[in-house]
Amino acid sequence: MNTEIERTDALPYGAELEEAPVEARTQWSLVWYRFRRNKSALVGAVVVAVLIFVAIFAPWLAPHDPTKIFDNGLTLEGTPVGPGKAFLLGTDALGHDQLSRIIYGARISMTIAVVANGFAMLIGVVIGGLGGYFSGVLGMVMMRITDIMMAFPILLLAIALVAVFQPSLWIVIGVIAFVYWTPVARIIHGEVLGLKRRDFVDAARAMGLGDIRIMLRHILPHVLPVIIVYGTLGIATNVLFEAALSYLGVGVQPPTPSWGGMISDGQLYYRAAPWLVVFPGLAIMLTVLGFNLLGDGLREALDPTQRNRA
Amino acid sequence: MTTYIARRLLLAVLVVWGVSVLTFVLAYMVPADPARVYAGSNATAQTVAHIRQQLGLNRPLPIQYVDYVNRALHGNFGISYKLQTPVLTAIMSRFPYSAVLALAGIFVELLIGIPIGILAAVKRGSWLDHSAMGMAMLGVSAPQFWLGLILLYSFGYVWPIFPLGLAQGPTSIVLPAVTIGLGGGVWYARILRSSMLDTLSQDYVRTARAKGIRKVAVVARHALPNAISPVVTMVGLDMAYFLGGIVVVESVFGWPGIGQLAYQAIQNDDIPLIMGTVLFASVIIVLVNIVTDVLYAFLNPRIVYD
Repeated sequence: MNTEIERTDALPYGAELEEAPVEARTQWSLVWYRFRRNKSALVGAVVVAVLIFVAIFAPWLAPHDPTKIFDNGLTLEGTPVGPGKAFLLGTDALGHDQLSRIIYGARISMTIAVVANGFAMLIGVVIGGLGGYFSGVLGMVMMRITDIMMAFPILLLAIALVAVFQPSLWIVIGVIAFVYWTPVARIIHGEVLGLKRRDFVDAARAMGLGDIRIMLRHILPHVLPVIIVYGTLGIATNVLFEAALSYLGVGVQPPTPSWGGMISDGQLYYRAAPWLVVFPGLAIMLTVLGFNLLGDGLREALDPTQRNRA
Repeated sequence: MTTYIARRLLLAVLVVWGVSVLTFVLAYMVPADPARVYAGSNATAQTVAHIRQQLGLNRPLPIQYVDYVNRALHGNFGISYKLQTPVLTAIMSRFPYSAVLALAGIFVELLIGIPIGILAAVKRGSWLDHSAMGMAMLGVSAPQFWLGLILLYSFGYVWPIFPLGLAQGPTSIVLPAVTIGLGGGVWYARILRSSMLDTLSQDYVRTARAKGIRKVAVVARHALPNAISPVVTMVGLDMAYFLGGIVVVESVFGWPGIGQLAYQAIQNDDIPLIMGTVLFASVIIVLVNIVTDVLYAFLNPRIVYD
């Protein structure tokens, strides 16, 4: 009773509060609000946007044809030309313009990483989701398959697979998707396993909804943040993986420029032309950094309770 | 606990069996004719046919698989087509190199990760924290082989402190180990920092401080042991993958480990050696993961395995 009176006494403050603008916010506008206050996330978003732009508009941005061998692309001694006016980032051992190759390399690297990750997410979400939802025999079999996949030395598996099928853009994409769906399946499996025991799923079932509808309309939206975060961070992992494959000579084959392949070719001339190793590596690092920052930013924006986690 | 370990071992057998089936199928999808690889390029068609007969390559695939498993269980993984030595001998002669590199790499990871992780957590929000986490982000974004080449160029050529190329004396391990350690170490730092931040905000840490224990002692004796378990998990995972050979780093430095052996086996269509190295790496991954989980349970008695 006493407190009631006190509150009435404090009316001026209460009145002030009522006048304060109350903005209705949807879940996604809150996410956007948290995201844009995170500086490193914004940096990541800008880097990724620029890279996508470069990849799409490569023919207009590149100063030269990346496969053209220039007459003045080698010094009189036959060594690569250093960075300078004619060739901004120098030339490679064959006399190609390196800047143009790096710009076109963005296309290859991004295409492989993004498409492969899309497939890996799709397989992972379907298998992990079904395994988690029907957590009987089906779920167990699916998780044992991921156990087997995760016990493989993935780089060796990928090298062997590419060797079997002969390297090409689509084979590399397929192989990366094939070796990387398992961690996604694991995570989604765990999420769905927790979600399906929640009351709203029971309620949906009690209303007579079918399994497919419950999965798509009630469970999937809850898993969406996880899919978005791993969909972004996975691209970073794939860029690195594709670079490693190309470096080992089992990625996309020359003359198509790939960053890893450029480093592999350039390392033979590292004494005379270190820029052949340095610049493609920086391109890889910038791309991976962009997607990592963006992914971390999305994670924090989508799930603020995880703020301090790695 | 015993039932848990027994179940894990049973599962491990299942997993290794699965890996063996997959590897076997994969190995026989290699387009090259293994009998021809074995016979060498100068062999006549007759010799090749004879060798095919001798190696039993003309039998149905499932029978070849059963035969392979049967021999493998007796420690016979066949003979490398290229090296003409038993696969197990080849693997065992390379394993010490991979093992030493794995241990050295993890040592550098811990050397970088633990102090930086602790400092970043204790000095949260300071320039030290920010720059450490910035470095961590850069470190995990750099391709390992590129980092290796840059280190090789800088400290093998421009400032020739360490030997270039092949294993020459004990110092030749420094650059490959640092290559592994830099990327992994900053990741450890990130994990330890976030785990330390959780721990430092616990009541028992405040209690310890309130009792008048010095901050250094609180961090070292009260917080760190409780915050370290995610790092232990990471060390386990790294150990599992590194012991089977680190293909990329071995490739950059010409380090004669299992990764190189496997990579060359794939390049040479050396099927018994491909099978052997992949199986070996998988068995190590499975076993080390079990050991890590058991160790984890000892370190963290709150975890109940059912």
